[in-house]
Amino acid sequence: MNFDFSDEQKQMRDEARKFLAEKCPPKAVREVLDGKAPYDKTLWKGLAEMGFLGVAIPEEFGGAGAGHLELCVIAEEMGRANAPVPFSSTVYLAAEALLLAGSDAQKQKWLPKIASGEAIGTLALFEGKGNPSPKAIKLQASGGTLSGVKKPVPDGAIADFAVVAARTGSTGRDSDISLFLVDLKTGGVEAKSLTNVDPTRGQAELTFKNAKAEPLGAAGDGWSILTQVLDRAAVLLAFEQVGGSDRALEMGRDYALDRIAFGRPIGSFQAVKHILADMYVSATLARSNCYYGAWALSTNASELPEAAAAARISATQAFQHCSKNNIQVHGGMGFTWEFDCHMYYRRANTTALTLGSLSYWEDQLIDRMRKKNAA
Amino acid sequence: MNFDDTPQEAAFRAEAKAWISANAPKQYEEELRKSSLGRTVLKGANILEVAKAWQKKKADAGWACLHWPKEYGGRGSSPIERVIWQQEEGPFGKLSGMFIIGHGMCGPTMMAFAGEEQKRKYLPPLASGEKVWCQLFSEPAGGSDVAGLRTRAEKNGDDWIINGQKIWTSGAHYSDYGILLTRTDPNVAKHKGLTMFFLDMKSPGVEVRPIKQASGQSDFNEVYFTDVKIPDSQRLGTVNDGWNVSLTTLMNERMSIGAGVSTGFPELFDFCNSLMLEDGPAIEDRSVRSKLANYAVKASGLRYTSMRAISALSKGERPGPENSIGKLVAGSMVQEVAMYALDLQGAAGVLSGPEEAEVAGKFQAMLLRAPGTRVEGGTDEIMRNIIAERVLGLPGDIRVDKDVPFNKIPTKGRA
Repeated sequence: MNFDFSDEQKQMRDEARKFLAEKCPPKAVREVLDGKAPYDKTLWKGLAEMGFLGVAIPEEFGGAGAGHLELCVIAEEMGRANAPVPFSSTVYLAAEALLLAGSDAQKQKWLPKIASGEAIGTLALFEGKGNPSPKAIKLQASGGTLSGVKKPVPDGAIADFAVVAARTGSTGRDSDISLFLVDLKTGGVEAKSLTNVDPTRGQAELTFKNAKAEPLGAAGDGWSILTQVLDRAAVLLAFEQVGGSDRALEMGRDYALDRIAFGRPIGSFQAVKHILADMYVSATLARSNCYYGAWALSTNASELPEAAAAARISATQAFQHCSKNNIQVHGGMGFTWEFDCHMYYRRANTTALTLGSLSYWEDQLIDRMRKKNAA
Repeated sequence: MNFDDTPQEAAFRAEAKAWISANAPKQYEEELRKSSLGRTVLKGANILEVAKAWQKKKADAGWACLHWPKEYGGRGSSPIERVIWQQEEGPFGKLSGMFIIGHGMCGPTMMAFAGEEQKRKYLPPLASGEKVWCQLFSEPAGGSDVAGLRTRAEKNGDDWIINGQKIWTSGAHYSDYGILLTRTDPNVAKHKGLTMFFLDMKSPGVEVRPIKQASGQSDFNEVYFTDVKIPDSQRLGTVNDGWNVSLTTLMNERMSIGAGVSTGFPELFDFCNSLMLEDGPAIEDRSVRSKLANYAVKASGLRYTSMRAISALSKGERPGPENSIGKLVAGSMVQEVAMYALDLQGAAGVLSGPEEAEVAGKFQAMLLRAPGTRVEGGTDEIMRNIIAERVLGLPGDIRVDKDVPFNKIPTKGRA
């Protein structure tokens, strides 16, 4: 047993941290936050050049062929830097769906473009309120075309292609759902940007009007593939959340050391120290759950569904806890636009909902634990 | 990142499994499996005798105190082998409760500070459970503030004469030896005038009075010292350096308490999985599931945090203050879990008798024992201070008594 990343993986993490510290300072995040661009194109290009976009994509499809543990360490740094790029939608969702269910031709067409930064991808799953569920999918597939509306779609307005969940049957079972691949640039899809809590991560409404679509994976397998994609993305996004938690904790700690009140650093007051200690505790528990998820993901272990849900819940809680208490430690300054605290607070509360809400994953975890218990 | 055994680890596991299966006291397996924090009762048997017999059997076959050196009664095992043993020992590990302080704290302190001859004399019978040890640190005036203690040790020829009182001493009533922290110089700042000893608990002048706890059980004691004589050869470390000696003990304490602490989650999950509420199975109730999921990720987070610590340990890194998190999280969690399990039982949650209470009063016993978990070995607040100061690097609490001679420190709050 060895429950840690290897020295090479840690080195990759350091490299990513250094790169992002230089190319993605808070100032760069603010450019996107202020609406000057939909995402940071220069950073996106740089990430491609560093090989980070294709780190888990096999070499035959233009990637670095390293693996998912390596992707986990990069994800952590993306979260720490609060990077305003479509990394999670392209790499965790679209690329993973292609890797899991794509035909050789589909992989050849899209994966090299993902790795090189030429194509942005996304997953169009939700149709308004609610959590992932086959019942909630109304968008219809017929004769190789799709019709209906998806929202919110992460990075939908800037994506080149989307993996779309559509209804292909009416039996009332999970097998009514199939996945499709849609080239968003070929017409038939209208994209509209939607205002959202975290402008550094875009959300859109996609309207499909007889849009041309090709099946991804076998007909009727859509829900089963989606479940796997969501589990894999849950682990990866959890690493982003842990990176964000750690950064929020650091910001709070640094401020508590610098800020003097009542004649001494506020970090010397037990009330403030204990807030920060509790932030450390939640971030540490989340990190440990994430490591287990990383192991399960990288080995495709049968424990993955349970491990993914645990990592997701724990990391969601930690990021929300750390980002809100970072503001608390900062006092009034933390609530200003000028300080960076709110950027992490926004990100924490939007990533909390990206793959379905906390209560959805709580439900999933207990289902999965029960199944294991019964087995 | 690898959870599988190496071939060497697999061989160790197979050997341990085979030996346990052939030697464990299987007649108690079911009762031990069902027992939880605050309640380990073996019907028709004296648990101390059962525990001692199992420990002796392990020691004779080389399975006691795995990480200790062989010459002191251990096995010289790696940290990971220790974990494998714990996994394989399963419910029988609950029999080790009475040895935790001796094996986890007193033993390591003796190893670091006693003479070689003493180590060879005292450690093997401690490892084998023939002799039980306790730790005499806390006092009425010095709980979390360990260095605030008042028990005096005064030099008299080759001996020291001890007078004073200790409290919250786990297991003193069945202990043969103890390690004792005393004040040897009241005229200097409090951390600078302490000295550590070990002593025979049967020495004349030692009086042990069990304390009846909130749970109704008596695990702790008050211990009174009246002119107790300890030879200078039983001093651990130099005179007035007891604070540094005690830090070794306390660091080991956090490791051994933090690693094995119960969260109550497996018990709660099993309970909810079988409980029927008015509207159907508890586990299908949305609010129950949400609660369970929250506790589940805390329990798994702790489990994997301790695995990360073991991985670090096996690479030769020292256990750090981050290990304080185990006790901090599990302590309040076990209390909440017990309250929640009672809440699910509604009005009947108050019943604690083994016949009328759900799962034989397991959670009621847990409820009454849980407050102690949040205090023993350092309160939640002390644990948070340790994390804030030693992990996050925040300033220490302001200590007005730090540079004041001990005998000038005020002893009462309101005059």
